[in-house]
Amino acid sequence: MSATDTPKRSMRTPLGRVRNLGAAHSGTSDFWRQRVTAVAMTLLMIPVLVIIVMLFGRNQAFVAQTLGSLPIAVIMLLFIVASAWHMKIGMQVVIEDYIHNEKLKLVSVMLNNFFSVAVALASIYAILKLSSGV
Amino acid sequence: MVEFALPKNSKITGGKTWPKPAGATELREFKVYRWNPDDGKNPSVDTYYVDTHDCGPMVLDGLIWIKNHIDPSLTFRRSCREGVCGSCAMNIDGQNTLACTRSMHDVKDGAVKINPLPHQPVVKDLVPDLTNFYAQYASVEPWLKTTSPTPQKEWRQSHEDREKLDGLYECILCACCSTSCPSYWWNSERYLGPAALLQANRWVSDSRDEATGERLDNLEDPFRLYRCHTIMNCAKACPKGLNPAEAIAELKLKMVERQI
Repeated sequence: MSATDTPKRSMRTPLGRVRNLGAAHSGTSDFWRQRVTAVAMTLLMIPVLVIIVMLFGRNQAFVAQTLGSLPIAVIMLLFIVASAWHMKIGMQVVIEDYIHNEKLKLVSVMLNNFFSVAVALASIYAILKLSSGV
Repeated sequence: MVEFALPKNSKITGGKTWPKPAGATELREFKVYRWNPDDGKNPSVDTYYVDTHDCGPMVLDGLIWIKNHIDPSLTFRRSCREGVCGSCAMNIDGQNTLACTRSMHDVKDGAVKINPLPHQPVVKDLVPDLTNFYAQYASVEPWLKTTSPTPQKEWRQSHEDREKLDGLYECILCACCSTSCPSYWWNSERYLGPAALLQANRWVSDSRDEATGERLDNLEDPFRLYRCHTIMNCAKACPKGLNPAEAIAELKLKMVERQI
């Protein structure tokens, strides 16, 4: 980018532009939660894979019986919560990185929240329904 | 949206090949980015031939030789010619580095390709406009802040505490790291970038400073600090061998430490 085509040369001082609206005093919670959910998923990955392989190609009765077991249901639910949360934070980071239009960014972040919660609730509902044998 | 295409007048077109110096026995080809704000033309890449027998070994020596012997209009910054001032930071053979400490013999495969630091407005040729970069440095308030009465002699510091500044104080603010960082390319107006954050950590880590909490408050922001995604281009680019990514990780650790 050459100096002459810099869009809308502002008369604000460079330091004023950098300070802008100040620090949000947030971000650490998301950063920490992303690490917590990543570690949780790493720990849960192998049991979840074992469970999925166990259920692969079996009939509904067997699936309902397996997921009816408390530890297995809890492992699956924890994995859903951890992965949906991780997905939400990760996608928000991508949106913030690449979408610079403020309105579009707000809408995208909102839709990302809706989508992640919907996916998580649908998955939790499916596990609970199967594990309760209904 | 993120810029996937270059701005309108950024497309590099053609370029002049300057005649080889007469009587030279050993030549090195230089391909140098040229852009003049006054002629209204697009940037170009000019080709020069440097007589390596008549010239020092570093890329900066080559550029100075070109300026003295071939083309006095070639514009670049330089001062100390020994890796201390950070003026001659530029992109050499695809890597941001200092022209004065990069030997032209280390550049393999034919021509020495030189461009200005990436993703900064160009003032002319190899001179980038670093106004925003310097303002970001100023925004971390890089000076000792204390409330206690100033001691009669100096502010004291143990050897162990002084060692915590190693790997931080050596930064010369050449901007090689920040301009190599994709996160900085996409969000340089809000993300402080590796250089300013390494400097911020230099003051956060200083045992004599009494404004550590305020400094962290000022950095705690999804954009100012948390745009760092540990891409590590900064550590690869740093001509002083520093690791800004590690300094940023230390800042993040301190943020977590004071919350948990």
